[in-house]
Amino acid sequence: MTVRIVDRRQDSRNKSSINRGRFIRRFKGQIRKAVSDAIAKRGIRDLENGEKIGIPGKDISEPQFHHGKGGVRESVHPGNDRFQSGDEMDRPPPNAPGQGGKASPDGEGLDDFVFTLTRDEFLDIFFDELALPNLVKRQLARIDEYKRVRAGYTQSGVPTNINLVRTMRGAAGRRVAVGGPYATRLRGLQAELEQALDEAVPDETEIDRLKREIACLKARREAVPFIDPFDLRYSNRIRIPQPSTQAVMFCLMDVSGSMDEAKKQMAKRFFMLLYLFLNRSYEHIEVVFIRHHTTAEEVDEDDFFHSRETGGTIVSSALKLMRQVIGERYASSAWNIYGAQASDGDNWNDDSPHCRELLADSILPLVQYFAYIEITEGEPQNLWDEYEKLATTHAGLFALQRIRAASDIYPVFRELFRKRLA
Amino acid sequence: MSKKRSRLIAEGSDWTLEAIAQYDTEIGRIAKNYGLDTYRHQLEIITAEQMMDAYAAIGMPVYYHHWSFGKHFLETENRYKRGHMGLAYEIVINSDPCIAYLMEENTLTMQALVIAHAAYGHNSFFKGNHLFKQWTSADAIIDYLVFARNYIAECEERYGLENVEQLIDACHALSNLGVDRYKRSPPLSLEKEKNRQREREAYLQAQVNDLWRTLPRHDAAVEAAEERRFPEEPEENLLYFIEKNAPLLEPWQREVVRIIRKIGQYFYPQRQTQVMNEGWACFWHYTLLNTLYDEGRVNDGFMFEFLQSHTNVVYQPPYSSRWYSGINPYALGFAMWRDIRRICETPTDEDREWFPDIAGSNWRETFDFAMRNFKDESFIAQYLSPRLMREFRLFAVLDDDSKAKLQVDAIHNEQGYRALRMNLAEQYNLGSSDPNLQVWNVDLRGDRSLTLRHFVHQRRPLSAQSNVALEHMAYLWGFTVRLEQQSADGEIVLLGERKTEKRKPG
Repeated sequence: MTVRIVDRRQDSRNKSSINRGRFIRRFKGQIRKAVSDAIAKRGIRDLENGEKIGIPGKDISEPQFHHGKGGVRESVHPGNDRFQSGDEMDRPPPNAPGQGGKASPDGEGLDDFVFTLTRDEFLDIFFDELALPNLVKRQLARIDEYKRVRAGYTQSGVPTNINLVRTMRGAAGRRVAVGGPYATRLRGLQAELEQALDEAVPDETEIDRLKREIACLKARREAVPFIDPFDLRYSNRIRIPQPSTQAVMFCLMDVSGSMDEAKKQMAKRFFMLLYLFLNRSYEHIEVVFIRHHTTAEEVDEDDFFHSRETGGTIVSSALKLMRQVIGERYASSAWNIYGAQASDGDNWNDDSPHCRELLADSILPLVQYFAYIEITEGEPQNLWDEYEKLATTHAGLFALQRIRAASDIYPVFRELFRKRLA
Repeated sequence: MSKKRSRLIAEGSDWTLEAIAQYDTEIGRIAKNYGLDTYRHQLEIITAEQMMDAYAAIGMPVYYHHWSFGKHFLETENRYKRGHMGLAYEIVINSDPCIAYLMEENTLTMQALVIAHAAYGHNSFFKGNHLFKQWTSADAIIDYLVFARNYIAECEERYGLENVEQLIDACHALSNLGVDRYKRSPPLSLEKEKNRQREREAYLQAQVNDLWRTLPRHDAAVEAAEERRFPEEPEENLLYFIEKNAPLLEPWQREVVRIIRKIGQYFYPQRQTQVMNEGWACFWHYTLLNTLYDEGRVNDGFMFEFLQSHTNVVYQPPYSSRWYSGINPYALGFAMWRDIRRICETPTDEDREWFPDIAGSNWRETFDFAMRNFKDESFIAQYLSPRLMREFRLFAVLDDDSKAKLQVDAIHNEQGYRALRMNLAEQYNLGSSDPNLQVWNVDLRGDRSLTLRHFVHQRRPLSAQSNVALEHMAYLWGFTVRLEQQSADGEIVLLGERKTEKRKPG
C-alpha cells in the first residue's frame, strides 16, 4: 500500500487575498493616512512600485482578557551559569535579552505594524483620494500596448518557432560528441585490417573478425540520429509594454512665502497624477522642475518641494525660463510637451497680462497641454482672470482649476482624458 | 555497470513523487515495527505562498474569512520576504485521514524528515493522547470547517459584512475564555450539525425567551424568583454563556458564536500538549530516520543534512543568549522523551530512586502510557528527571512586584529539584496563565446587567486591553456589563463598566 500524495501546487493560489482585502478595507483610514505620508516622501516618478506601509500596532491589536504585568510570578530558565539559590538580582530592563517574552501578551508598547501594499493596492488608494472615475482608473492602471521582442532561445515551443540554425548547430555538435569515439576506433580497426591484409600470409579468421567489428561499429555510428528532439531550439519572444514615444513634463511652482507645506503637498499630487497619465502614454518621460518667486530657476525634485523662499511673485519669470528650456533642450518636433503650473494666485498686477501673452504666443503653440491649478481659499486675483481668457481662446489646450482639496484636482484632467480616450 | 545494486531508497536532493512515496513506505514500515498506531494519512505538496496562507488560517485547509487572518498573512509574508524567518517545514492537521503538508522548496531529505515528524510522529500523538481523543473528532473536523465557512459566508451575504465582522471580532476577543476546561463537549458531526441547526435555533430562542419573560407572574412565584440566582453556578466559558443566554442575539448570531467556540475548543488540546506533542514528533523522526540509516537505506549525506535541521530545531539557547525567548518546547520535549527511554534502558541509582516504576521497564510500554495519559503540566510534573534539570541547568526565578529584587529560589541541586519541577509544570498550566474570569451574576429582574468576576491569582492584575475586551462582551450581551475583581483576601473592587442598552425605549 502506498500513501496518497496530492499535488496542491496548482490549486487555489492566493487563498488569503480575501482576508488581505478585508484587512485593507477595515483599516482604510489608517492606510490612507500612511499612503499620504508616503506620497510626501516619494518622488513624482516613483508610482510604479508598491509601498511599505506602517500603521500603529495598537489600532489593529486583537484584544483579549489577559494578565498584565505585576503580581507574583515564578519562571524557570535554562543555562544557569552563576546563580545559587537565594541569590538576588535587579530586574532586567524591559526588552532586554533573556528573561524576555513577558511583555508581549499584554499588548502594551506594540510597534507599528508594517506591511507592503502592492502597486495596485497603492494606486487604488491614491486614486481614491483624487476621486477619479473608474474608467480613468482602469486606463491609468493598465498597461495595454505590448511589443514582442526577441529574447534568446528556449528548449520548448511551438513548431513554427523552431530556430533551424541553432537546432542544426546543436545536432552537429551532438553527432560529433557521440559519434567521435566510434570514428576513432574505426580508424584504428581500419589500420589493423590493412595491416592484416598486407601480411604475407593473411590470417583469415583475424580479417573476418576485424571486418565484422568494423561493420558493427559502422552500424553504430549510423545509428547516431541526425537530429534528436534534444537538439531542438526555439526562438523565444517576450512581450514588453510599449508606450508610444517621448514626452517632457514641466512642473512650475510658486515657492514664495505664501505657499505653505500643505499647498505644496496638494501641488505634488497634481504633478503626480499628470506624471502617471503621461507614463501610460509615453515611453520616455523627462520631468523639468521650475520654481519661482521673483526670479525662476531650474532645480531638482527635492529642492522643488522642500525649500522655501520669501519675497514677491513674478510668474512670467517661470514661463520665460520654460520657453528657454524648451528652446535649448526639447525641440517640439521631437518631444510631446506638457506644462503644469501650481500657484496660490499671487502675482504682481502688471505681470499677469504679460503671462497671458507669453503663454498664448510662445508656449501654447509648442505644448500638447497646459494645466494650471490655483490652490487658494480666497477670491480669484488678476492672474486667474487673465488665464480664464486663455481657457476660452485655447480650449482643449489649456485648463485651469481652483482647488481646496485633493479631490478637486481631477476636473483638470477630465478634458485631457476625454481627448486621449476619443 | 558492475556496481552492486544500491540499497539506498533514493539519491540526490531533488524530490520526486516516487521518491517521497518510497520514503513513506520505508518509514511506515519502521514505524510499524516500533508499534506506532496512526490514522491513515495523506501528503499534500504545496508552495511557500500556500504555506503562508495555511499559517494565516491556523493551518486549516478551509476556514472562514476574517480581516485578522489577512493581518497574520501580511505579517508572515513580510517577515518571510525580508528573511527574518524561515517557514516551518511542515504543518499537520489533526484529522482522519491526517493531512501533512510538504513544501515544494524542501529537499528530499527534508521531505523525509517531515513525513517522519508529522505523518508518523504527530499523527500517532493525535490518535493516542487522551485529550485529543476526548475533545476532538478527527473524522469530522474538515466537514465542520466547510460547514462553518459556508454558514458564515451566507450570513455575510444576508446580514452584511460589517455586522458579521463585528460579531466575529467580539467572539475572537473572548475566544481564550470560550473553552470548557473540564467538561467534555459532544463530538462534532457535519450531518448532525446541519440537521439540528434549525431545530436548535428555534429551541435556543425559546429558552432565552423564557428566561427573559416579562409577562406578569403570580405573586407566589415572585418571592422564589427573587431568590433565584442566575447563573446558578458561575460560568467560566464566556462564549458558551453568551450563546445560550444572551437575550438579544439573533439565531444566526448564536450559531456564529457557537462555530467560533467549537473551533476554539478544537484547538485547546494543542495548546495543552505543546511540549509533549512536539517532543514526541521530534523523538520519532530522530529515531525513525536513524533506524533507516542503521539499515543502510540512507547515506551519510542524508544524515548530515537531517541532523543539521534537527539540531537547529531542538536547540535551547541559554537565558543569557541574544536568541533566548523562553524554553523551547521542541528542545524540552525531545530531551524528556529521550531521557525517559534512557531511564527505561540504562537507569542509574538516582533514576531508580526517583522513578521506581519505570526504571528498567520496557520503554515502548512506558512511552505508550505517558503519551496517552498526560498533558504538558502533568507530564513534566511526572517525568522531568534530576539529570535533565542538570543538563538544562535550570533555575527558577521569583518575581514578586512587592520586592525590590528578583530572587533565585531553586537551582539544579538536591534541594531544588522538586521545587524546580513543580515550577516548570506550573508554567504549562493553562488554567493559571489565562485569567480566571467567570460570569458571576445576571440581574434578571432588574436592568439585565451582567457581572463578570476576575478571581485574582498570585496578585496578577488584568492587562489594560481588558477594557476593550469588556466592550466586546457588552456588545454580545446587549446590556450593561461590569467587571469585578476578587482578590485572595475576598475583597471585591469594580474594575470597569460598559453601559449598553439595546432595547428600544418604551
